[in-house]
Amino acid sequence: MELMKRKESWNIGYDHALGETASYFFTQVRDNAQIYGRRDPKSGRVLVPPRAFSDQTLEPTTEWVKVGPGGRIEAFTIVYEEFKTLPDPPYAFGYVLLDGADTAIGGFFRGIDLKDPAKAAQLLKLGTRVMTRFADDRKGSVLDFWFELEKGGNKVKSVEGEPVGGYE
Amino acid sequence: MKPPRVGIIGIGQSEFKPKRDDANYPELVREGVTRALNDCQRELKDMEAVVYSLAPDALLGIGNAERLGVDAVGARNKRFMRINTGGATGISSVITGWTHIAAGVCDVVLVAGADKVGESGDSQTILNKIWDPTYERALPLGTITMLAMSAVRAMDKYGMTEEDMARVTVKARANAARNPKAHLRKTVTIDEVMQSRYISWPIKLLDACPQSSGGAAMVLASEKYIKENKLDAVWISGVGHCSESYYMGDRMGNKIMADHADAHALGQSFLRSYKMAGITDPRKQVHVAELYAPFSNTEYHSIEATGVCKLGASMAMMREGYFDIGGKIPINPSGGTLCTNAIAVSALVRAAEVALQVWGRAGDHQVKGAKLGIASGNGGDHQFFGTMVIES
Repeated sequence: MELMKRKESWNIGYDHALGETASYFFTQVRDNAQIYGRRDPKSGRVLVPPRAFSDQTLEPTTEWVKVGPGGRIEAFTIVYEEFKTLPDPPYAFGYVLLDGADTAIGGFFRGIDLKDPAKAAQLLKLGTRVMTRFADDRKGSVLDFWFELEKGGNKVKSVEGEPVGGYE
Repeated sequence: MKPPRVGIIGIGQSEFKPKRDDANYPELVREGVTRALNDCQRELKDMEAVVYSLAPDALLGIGNAERLGVDAVGARNKRFMRINTGGATGISSVITGWTHIAAGVCDVVLVAGADKVGESGDSQTILNKIWDPTYERALPLGTITMLAMSAVRAMDKYGMTEEDMARVTVKARANAARNPKAHLRKTVTIDEVMQSRYISWPIKLLDACPQSSGGAAMVLASEKYIKENKLDAVWISGVGHCSESYYMGDRMGNKIMADHADAHALGQSFLRSYKMAGITDPRKQVHVAELYAPFSNTEYHSIEATGVCKLGASMAMMREGYFDIGGKIPINPSGGTLCTNAIAVSALVRAAEVALQVWGRAGDHQVKGAKLGIASGNGGDHQFFGTMVIES
């Protein structure tokens, strides 16, 4: 027998309120190209991205702390597969422990030739020093900044406004 | 005080496939239910409560699909609840069924669900939506990228290689070839895995699970009911749950409480199950394990979380065949989540497969002499974990 199908899609809009802590963080990113964390007074840890309360001590955080712009890579991946609604591959992203922070923040890695997976992975290996770069036109988003290798490698010129790192 | 014993009396599973165009969602739920009821010679009217195993709605594309599934499981006029702990949903559902009986509230409980992940065919786009819109949604995070980052940390911390990862797939496929319910049953070689294309470095196509469709169900009963009705059963002797905090970036950096390379909370969950079951030396006492591992690399941190070896020691043991069918402690003799992932019921299948093993009913993938086994489920951003000990 003929087996029938029905095409359906979900496309729902939201206007998510970010709250006071994240609003301050994004305002600083947008207006001053500066990343801030929040200090947990009990453990002294600086949480980046900043949260109103600590995930570990569960205490409210009390103090804004400037972090970065330098940092080290804590995790990365390089995506070679296309996923609907996600960026065009290839791109590299991951987590960076910014100087002065105790937790890692996510972001794209740019300015790296990703054509050869093994070579690109070697350049992004854990512990590698990176520098935060900010877009000229900032909108108050985590995409306003990204990370580039502090030195060396097969660095390619990063293109302003290009969403992700790509081929040479 | 030890909780009363709860038995598994019936198990039902579909033959998992990429698509099931011959059955809509409730029909697929009913398929697992019918098989589980037939397995224990019970009827829907005998079930006192239904625990409904259903992961994020968008994977199915039906909001609160437990509404639609309620008739497939015959829950009208009965206790009914839906469980969702992401990938751990299935085992959390079995544990919730266990709770109903261990609390003395019910004597017979049906646990059931189904998934049709193949109907959207884009689980990573959907799973990107489980990330926080405040800070992380703008990044292309999904379960593959999140667990690729775990792999990268395991490579750095323990020297795990891409060949080590491939070895997990080779074992899984060889096992799945012996399991008629599994979705991907074609055997592969290390070279074939190594030559498959990168999805999210270092995870390649053959390091990744498929998007499966199928249903699964289990019938649980009290010891009193099992004795009164002279039923055959295997026994849930330990259960556990444990949760990790939200931010992946907190599982790396300074003074961390858990490393994203590992599955710390899964280990804690196993300890809770072991304590209840009286297991003090899992390496000696566990005969078989079905561990939720949707990507090859994650089988290693899951094995280490069971306590059968130290952190970072599982790769060498895998190379020696320790975890093969016929090895010391076979892991995922069914082929596991790596070969079959109908997300809403994947962790239920882990428990079901362990039950079949200790029952001696696992067919061609039976582990000889298995009397005690363990099962696990992982859900969220490597965040929610459920575990179980099942004995004959």
